[in-house]
Amino acid sequence: MKIRRLSRLLPVAPAILLLLVFLLAPVAWSFYASFTDAALTGKAAREPQWVGAENYVRMVTDDAFPTAVWLTVVFVAASAVLGQNLLGLLIALLMTRSRKSVSDWVGTAVVAAWVLPEIVAAFAAYAYFNRDGTLNQLLAVLGTHGLDWLYSFPLVAIILANTWRGTAFSMLVYRAALANVPRDVSEAALMDGARGWQRLAFITLPLIRNSIATNLMLITLQTLAVFTLIWVMTAGGPANASTTLPVLAYQEAFKFGDIGYGTAVASVLILLGMVFGAVYVWLLRERRA
Amino acid sequence: MKRSRARVGADVALLVIGLCFAAPLLWLVLAAVDPQAGYQTKVPPAPSLINFSAVMTPELLGRPLLNSFVLSAGTALVNVLAAVLAAYPLSRYRSRFNKPFMYTVLLGTSLPVTAIMVPVYGLFVQLQLLDSMAATIFFMATTTLPMAIWMAKNFMDTVPLELEEAAWMDGASNLVTLRTIVLPLMGQGLGVVFIFVFIQAWGNFFVPFILLLSTGKQPAAVSIFSFFGQHGAIAYGQLAAFSILYSVPVLVLYAVVSRGMGNSFAMSGAMKG
Repeated sequence: MKIRRLSRLLPVAPAILLLLVFLLAPVAWSFYASFTDAALTGKAAREPQWVGAENYVRMVTDDAFPTAVWLTVVFVAASAVLGQNLLGLLIALLMTRSRKSVSDWVGTAVVAAWVLPEIVAAFAAYAYFNRDGTLNQLLAVLGTHGLDWLYSFPLVAIILANTWRGTAFSMLVYRAALANVPRDVSEAALMDGARGWQRLAFITLPLIRNSIATNLMLITLQTLAVFTLIWVMTAGGPANASTTLPVLAYQEAFKFGDIGYGTAVASVLILLGMVFGAVYVWLLRERRA
Repeated sequence: MKRSRARVGADVALLVIGLCFAAPLLWLVLAAVDPQAGYQTKVPPAPSLINFSAVMTPELLGRPLLNSFVLSAGTALVNVLAAVLAAYPLSRYRSRFNKPFMYTVLLGTSLPVTAIMVPVYGLFVQLQLLDSMAATIFFMATTTLPMAIWMAKNFMDTVPLELEEAAWMDGASNLVTLRTIVLPLMGQGLGVVFIFVFIQAWGNFFVPFILLLSTGKQPAAVSIFSFFGQHGAIAYGQLAAFSILYSVPVLVLYAVVSRGMGNSFAMSGAMKG
């Protein structure tokens, strides 16, 4: 009986094997290597030595790490929580009132930025914010002097670019959520004389609060992991001014060859992801209970 | 009256937003048909398709796209196969193992993939898997596996158990009913999972950039850097033309999925929980 029940679970084995080898093992290896002086090349690459918490001590004392944490927080808060989330909600709300042809066209433009391969989107954003690029051309038409965005305001540029790239996801989530809000609920509020924004704040938003929570968790996790966009646009520069945690981990490991320190940064990022993931799982469980 | 005014307001606001989103893409399209393209967005004085014909060679376009296809199709195939197999017992049998497993899997979806690239590189060096197409495929399939298992189980839950029970009575085994009854009924859902994984793998830059070293194996996402000339000059027009040719397959695939079954369908599979 026991064997029979176990054999029923056999089809799960390939998935478990893959998850163990390609996800769990790297995570475990990351935590292990972060306590060593593992390097990309040379002697420390062949025989890494145990160095205890040295990499983590360096993290707190080194300027680059606290800066990267701060930049990551600003990047996620501004481009995901504010940018993508609010803009996505706004677009979805406007779409409930607009002509279908307009919302179709705008939906296509928003989604295009999201479906494009990340490297192509990154190049397009790079060209757009370039000193000779489209944004400065538009500003010139308005009579303002252009700026060298990527050099003078790299963080602003990558925040705007990531908002552009990712808003489609929030828009799709909120369009699906708003489609499920019963029309008579908001219409009843209209009869009672509820004004537009009151209706939004007291009726519509509470009704879609689950979608809001799920969306916020998912876009936070996605934005936490953004690498290509930043790497192509600014490469973390100038002088670490746009080095978020994934970029820092990459630079330390592959540019400076310090795998030990790179994995220490990566481990922090993994832990951060796990914390958000745990909150996300908890939210979903609460909802089902 | 009031209603139609609100509508015009919404239309105008949406159009402004839409133009902002389309603006960065305009450069891509205009530069592609401009032999003298730079970073400026301008209507080409002498538009031509010369950039396209310049990049349409086996080395520049053919091989990278083929590599992209092998990587993406392989990833999607491994992914869907492992996800369906795993979803079957999770959907069909009650077990104490189900719930903890599903929540662990869900937690796996929140792992920032870019964070594990440094350790994955280290691991691949140790196991001598660097520059291996197959290992890269298995790794990429695994990164999307948690989401795929979750979606596949939700789709499978919608296939009624009674249909299978009748076949079991006639002596069919689980694997037979999975293949002949369950899979055809959830075919649409599986198609969505396959295409979404394919699109993600096709667009992925960071993973092949780290794990595939020889130019002969690199997909289009990585080979695109060949337009940043070794001689310092950037071939903007060709870069744009290549970008468009490389993007078209996923744009078409996405249009097919979203038209065929609607985003909300795929979204509900992923979000239902």
